Amino acid sequence: MTAHLLYGGAGILLFVLGVWSFLVHEALLRKVIALNVMGSGVFHLLIAIAERGSLPPDPVPHALVLTGIVVAVSATALALAMGRRLEDEDDAR
Amino acid sequence: MLDSLALAVTVPLLAALLVTALPGRVQTLGVIGAIATALVSLQVTVQVWQHGSLRSDPGGWGAPLGLALEADGLSAALLAMAALVALAISIYATGYFREGERRLHFWPLWFLLWSALNALLLAADLFNLYVTLELLGLTAVALGALTGQREAVAANLRYLLVGLLGSMTYLLGVVLLYAAYGTLDIALTGAAIRPGPVASAALVLMTGGLALKAAIFPLHFWLPPAHANAPAPVSAVLSALVVKAAFYLILRLWLDVFGTIVTPAAAGLLGLLGAAAVIWGSWRALRAERLKLLAAYSTLAQIGYLCLFFPLLQATPEGPARDDLLAALVLMAISHGFAKAGLFLAAGLVQHSAGHDRIDELGGTAQHLPAATFSIALAGTALIGLPPSGSFIGKWILMTGAIETGQWWWILVILIGTLLAAAYMFRVLSRAFNEAPTPRRFVTQASTEVPALLLALTSAVVLGLGAQLLWRLMGFGVVA
Repeated sequence: MTAHLLYGGAGILLFVLGVWSFLVHEALLRKVIALNVMGSGVFHLLIAIAERGSLPPDPVPHALVLTGIVVAVSATALALAMGRRLEDEDDAR
Repeated sequence: MLDSLALAVTVPLLAALLVTALPGRVQTLGVIGAIATALVSLQVTVQVWQHGSLRSDPGGWGAPLGLALEADGLSAALLAMAALVALAISIYATGYFREGERRLHFWPLWFLLWSALNALLLAADLFNLYVTLELLGLTAVALGALTGQREAVAANLRYLLVGLLGSMTYLLGVVLLYAAYGTLDIALTGAAIRPGPVASAALVLMTGGLALKAAIFPLHFWLPPAHANAPAPVSAVLSALVVKAAFYLILRLWLDVFGTIVTPAAAGLLGLLGAAAVIWGSWRALRAERLKLLAAYSTLAQIGYLCLFFPLLQATPEGPARDDLLAALVLMAISHGFAKAGLFLAAGLVQHSAGHDRIDELGGTAQHLPAATFSIALAGTALIGLPPSGSFIGKWILMTGAIETGQWWWILVILIGTLLAAAYMFRVLSRAFNEAPTPRRFVTQASTEVPALLLALTSAVVLGLGAQLLWRLMGFGVVA
């Protein structure tokens, strides 16, 4: 039970830190990293709730984390590509 | 027999593959794909009309493990609206993107977006909703930045980041619900949910995250630049369909998942934000210097009207009165979808022809494009809520509901919003009547003007006169 709370609590803490960092930082890269930290927090929580004591772990949250990672990677790639586009234009001036 | 629910998701996906694989025939394939997608979506609506709700479990995996698809009156109505609006936008796009690179980039993204939208409207599972919401967001951002201009890329990058913040927050809510109730299926979660801190936290997180995506005041700051800087057909999709999808999710969650735990205070707060959006959005639309910015701010106000329904739905007990409110809400959402798509398409023509869309200098251009100006006027009828538009009936029922539940103050908001809407629409239209001579031809470019005209006409006339069909589709008795 303590392990549950510890992992779950750490996940929520990561999420909150991510939100805070997203809101206070201006730079794109920091915002993207903050979003990924938020995502890690959510995935952390999912992994924590998959644990079921003596039973084998619940596979559904694992599948959710895998899907979530794919989505997060694609979104990060798109954000970075667009940020790069803006920087290239700034350099060209 | 092929599963019509799965087809509504897979046909546009297949079309996206085809237009990517065969770039030489992109226009032909695009039109064929759009017609096929619209037909399979409408087939779902027809089946819901005949049999009530539909459900399918792809791969034979039932709930709670499988990812089911489900259509009821609410999703069928929005699916039909999306099909017709998207078909009109597709035809418009053949004329708008005539040649060049952008044409090749538009179609694959467009079909991916359509597929994500249909999947979102049909998903019966909270996590699947998250995935479709992200797919919709990613494709919408890529489409919005299609022009490659600096303002468009910057505005859509902001849209992307805000959207990600919203969907991550939504996902945390989903995780809390799964931790507490062990299921992701909407119906099962709704049946299992009990009032308590976990359920309340999930409600706040999910609604807050989606409110960012639906641009509910005061989380709307990203919308006007993103919508106003996109190419015209894309602006139409974003305002008419993408924002509506996030709003649909809030409605779906509040009705089917959190139905038993929503408090009057929470519903009242959403109504209050809606009221602020109506007044602020309409005011900014009135002050906007550019036509597309006006349309984008008017979207804010229209989402605000939809939020006003929540406190009334909350205060009205189950029964015909509540059914009417719900159907009126959907009717307003659909009317706005058609009207705003028509308005953006027509605004795109005006912009294309004049080279800019500054309202004060549009007089001559507007007069040379009678069909486009007529579309703007028709769409304006629906945005203001004049009879016989669908939003007239919607506002009428909204005000009746406000009186019946003793919440008269919402009526003041509706009146102010309507007056402001009339003011900003007439501000545009008054520019069209100051110069001579009047051109002889009504239609100048059929492939772009006819879709805009049909969309606007549907919002202003067809939806108002055919509103009873919506009540029937949603399984409600017809209003007296």
